[in-house]
Amino acid sequence: MMSTLPHRLAKSITFMVGAGLLLAMLAMALLGPWLYPQGPWTVVGVPMIWPGTDAAWPLGTDALGRDILAGLLHGARVSLLIGAAATTVALCVGIAVGTLTGYFGGWVDDLLMRLTDAVQTVPPFLLVIVVVLIVNPSVVSIVGAIALISWPTVARLVRAEFMRLRETDFVSVCRLMGMKPARIIFLQMLPNAIPPIVVSSSIMVASAILIESGLAFLGLGDPNVISWGTMVGLGRSDLRAGWYLVVIPGLAIMLSVLALNLLGDGLNDALNTRLSP
Amino acid sequence: MDPLAERAAALNFLRYILRRLAQAALLLGIVIVLQFLLLHLAPGDVADVIAGESQASDPAFVQQLRSELGLDRPLPLQLLLHLQRVLTLDWGQAHSMDAPVWQLIAERLPGTALLMVSALLLAIVLGVAMGMVAALHARSGLDGLISVLALLCYATPGFLVGIGLILVFTVQLQWLPMSGMSSIYGDASWWQRSVDTARHLLMPMLSLSLFYVATYTRLMRAAMLEVLPMDHVRTARAKGLGRWRIVWHHAARNALLPIVTMAGLQVSSLLGGSVIVETIFGWPGIGRLAFEAVFKRDVPLVMGILLLSSVLVLLVSLLVDLIYTRLDPRIRLR
Repeated sequence: MMSTLPHRLAKSITFMVGAGLLLAMLAMALLGPWLYPQGPWTVVGVPMIWPGTDAAWPLGTDALGRDILAGLLHGARVSLLIGAAATTVALCVGIAVGTLTGYFGGWVDDLLMRLTDAVQTVPPFLLVIVVVLIVNPSVVSIVGAIALISWPTVARLVRAEFMRLRETDFVSVCRLMGMKPARIIFLQMLPNAIPPIVVSSSIMVASAILIESGLAFLGLGDPNVISWGTMVGLGRSDLRAGWYLVVIPGLAIMLSVLALNLLGDGLNDALNTRLSP
Repeated sequence: MDPLAERAAALNFLRYILRRLAQAALLLGIVIVLQFLLLHLAPGDVADVIAGESQASDPAFVQQLRSELGLDRPLPLQLLLHLQRVLTLDWGQAHSMDAPVWQLIAERLPGTALLMVSALLLAIVLGVAMGMVAALHARSGLDGLISVLALLCYATPGFLVGIGLILVFTVQLQWLPMSGMSSIYGDASWWQRSVDTARHLLMPMLSLSLFYVATYTRLMRAAMLEVLPMDHVRTARAKGLGRWRIVWHHAARNALLPIVTMAGLQVSSLLGGSVIVETIFGWPGIGRLAFEAVFKRDVPLVMGILLLSSVLVLLVSLLVDLIYTRLDPRIRLR
């Protein structure tokens, strides 16, 4: 008897741990504005209170007396939002390019794949920095820049899937039945390519969060919002006075990246795709 | 092999290399055009930036500067001139640092090369070792421990590793210097200089490589698990060969192929990662230079660095293909 997908996922420890961690992060993001309506930038107390020494500020305060927990909760919104948004944009572009090249081949394939190669030739993080600084750092430009370097992976994945599917009997039958290419692509082939896309997108969200945190750490984040990376960057100058300023948001980044990777691993096993690690 | 076949093989190889070089050149051309367009999308141009730096806001001066730099010409013409300059290796002047782009890049290249190569080597050695041990003890407690360790390395951002190392080894233990590449000035023996550089290198190298240790561990484990049940490994075992001889000569050799590919692909990601690591540790390399150039909107310098790193990435991918054909004689040149 074949077990169903939800059943297999429920039995996978990696998937459940990852999903649990991710839900906790999402809860943090949702609770932030409700628990701390005054926002993360407000000065609430004495500077540099160590975590666990004062019940009013369980995670302590930073060098300006801002509540770390408030920053952490509000930061969760920005970090997760940028990760999800960048991945969504990259998926749209990547699926469009991948389907076109994989289905039609020929000069469309040549042209678009040379473009993909060209984008992948430039070191990704360098490209992100250049783009963000050219258009000025904002949530939109950061999302755009991360999407710009992420779509080629999706495009290659979808293209490979489509080139495989193109040779299968059911696609030939669809073509013989006189189906229009758009219908074959979206209703017949794309659903078959979904498992590897799902697995790789959870890892893409993780790397988008890492890239955003790197940007914010270098001072290239959106100056109007706080993310976990921003907190690490701000805490860096007060490192000797209180390492918790860097370690607490750093752990949040680590845990969410960990969660998304566990999720991806669990999905990979359950969906039985053959993606390399 | 008879001389005729040998010559045919050599000719084949030459044709392959020429074809790959032509492909790389075409790709580089596309990259140069895209980079040019990208940097010309920026609001304001070099003339504005230079005028801003020298605090000369006189419109007539800016206009004169613009015509001197050729910025008042139509975009396609500017692109052609840019291509010509790139090909003649005239990469211009970095106005923010008042030095030729070439010179700045040449000064910083050794630092980045040392950091990247040592980090990559460490990652490969550690990753291959951990992946092999995990595969040989698959599904045991040791395998689980290595998997968890690899996952943690993968999820920890490089800057967190760097800051953690600084906290432990510089702030607490005071064993290692926090920034720069050397702290010896004046006379010192070759040995003293090397030790000094190594001490500076240790923390940046670790921060850059941990992420890649994780990828190689997972890759090596998967590759070994695929190779170990194969017939030739079973044959070797049946012949009564020693355990390590089997693992090393018959299994690992095949499992190393994907590692080589991955190492080649990761050069561009390493260059990006070095921006953060070099910034934290004040390491004098290309990554920090790129960050400074972008921050000061030094377009010629940014363009030069992007171009150089693209050339580097293309060369490495060519090199990987060549290594590949040496490692695996089954791969035919097409």
